[in-house]
Amino acid sequence: MKIAIPVDDPNLETSVCQSFGRTPYFLIYDTETKERKFIDNSAAASQGGAGIKAAQSIVDNKSEVVLTPLCGENAAEVLNAAGIKIYKTRDASAMDNINAFIEGQLSLLEEIHPGFHGNGSK
Amino acid sequence: MEANNMRIAVLSGKGGTGKTLVSVNLAAAAKESIYIDCDVEEPNGHLFFKPENVKEEEITIKIPSVDEQLCMGCRICAYFCRFNALAYVNDKLKIFDDVCHCCGGCVLLCPVEALSDKDKVIGKVQKGTKDNVTVNTGILNFGVESGVPIIKKLLNENKPGGKKLTFIDCPPGSACIVMESIKEADYCILVAEPTLFGVHNLNMVYELVKLFDRPHGVVLNKCLDGENPAEKFCLEKNIKILDRIPFDHELGTLNSNARIAVKENEKYQTLFASLLQKVTKEVQQHETVTNP
Repeated sequence: MKIAIPVDDPNLETSVCQSFGRTPYFLIYDTETKERKFIDNSAAASQGGAGIKAAQSIVDNKSEVVLTPLCGENAAEVLNAAGIKIYKTRDASAMDNINAFIEGQLSLLEEIHPGFHGNGSK
Repeated sequence: MEANNMRIAVLSGKGGTGKTLVSVNLAAAAKESIYIDCDVEEPNGHLFFKPENVKEEEITIKIPSVDEQLCMGCRICAYFCRFNALAYVNDKLKIFDDVCHCCGGCVLLCPVEALSDKDKVIGKVQKGTKDNVTVNTGILNFGVESGVPIIKKLLNENKPGGKKLTFIDCPPGSACIVMESIKEADYCILVAEPTLFGVHNLNMVYELVKLFDRPHGVVLNKCLDGENPAEKFCLEKNIKILDRIPFDHELGTLNSNARIAVKENEKYQTLFASLLQKVTKEVQQHETVTNP
């Protein structure tokens, strides 16, 4: 199973990025092969709809789980349509959160925020 | 340019500065005028005029709609959309209406004509009259992102070259919606408050009118005795100060009760009639300089 998590830096000590749609990178972790891959988030510089585009790339990467502190409603709609589960991260590094998820310690993200649309983008 | 067919926009960097006070009273002070409320998120000019015989028209935009039988999942539309209003998930195209800027590009580019235009109502325009003023109001529905199509409609309905003096009550700020409102204005009145915050906001709209190369002047509102940072800013930047409106309890009370000051008291009639004259003169002078 592949897990996607928005991160601030492309290294294993990285913290979790506070934004899903505009995170600079995603860390994709494969629980079977233990492979870790960083992908650039091409949505980060979008004029609008960054969450939708970021979610699309997570869907296309065939991740089954997203770990994130926050998620907007449009991104959640794309992820939900693909059957991807969204879990809420804790205040810890990205790898600590992945381990916590594997041990069943993270809970589903319940609060989906209405987005930060139109903040200077138009 | 004849004094009676000018388009004068009234703007400010933030709300509550006095745009509506100035535009409503100027429109009421003019012999015959058109008032256009472009502050579509919270239009309030009509509260002052209380227009009669109001006619209403819905405003729609075109957003894409997909025929899932025809869509083959090429994603050309999704790649094209710079606002990412389309996603392709589980062999289905998802369209985010609220994110769409209705450019129509996706419909044009679809190679199998799976996308077509669909109307979406975003608000309405109202037109009525009261005494010497034709009152136009734009109203944007809750939750809709952009009021620009409503402003386009309002300004198209009242094209330049008409026979009446037109006052455009702009939305606050300096975003797209304000740019649309001042695009074809002959003159811009910037309304400013005597505070540091007021100066910051004045600077925003000042930069905007310079960018659009619109002739402009400032009305200093809520003036008190003592130092006025907005006045200082105008003097430093060499911006024309058109008038000073005092911080006046009576004016504030009239305005907060939705009364039109020029109709209530001779001194406000004199104040706004003189402002109107100065603005008219400014526009004509500018015309002579640019088209001698």
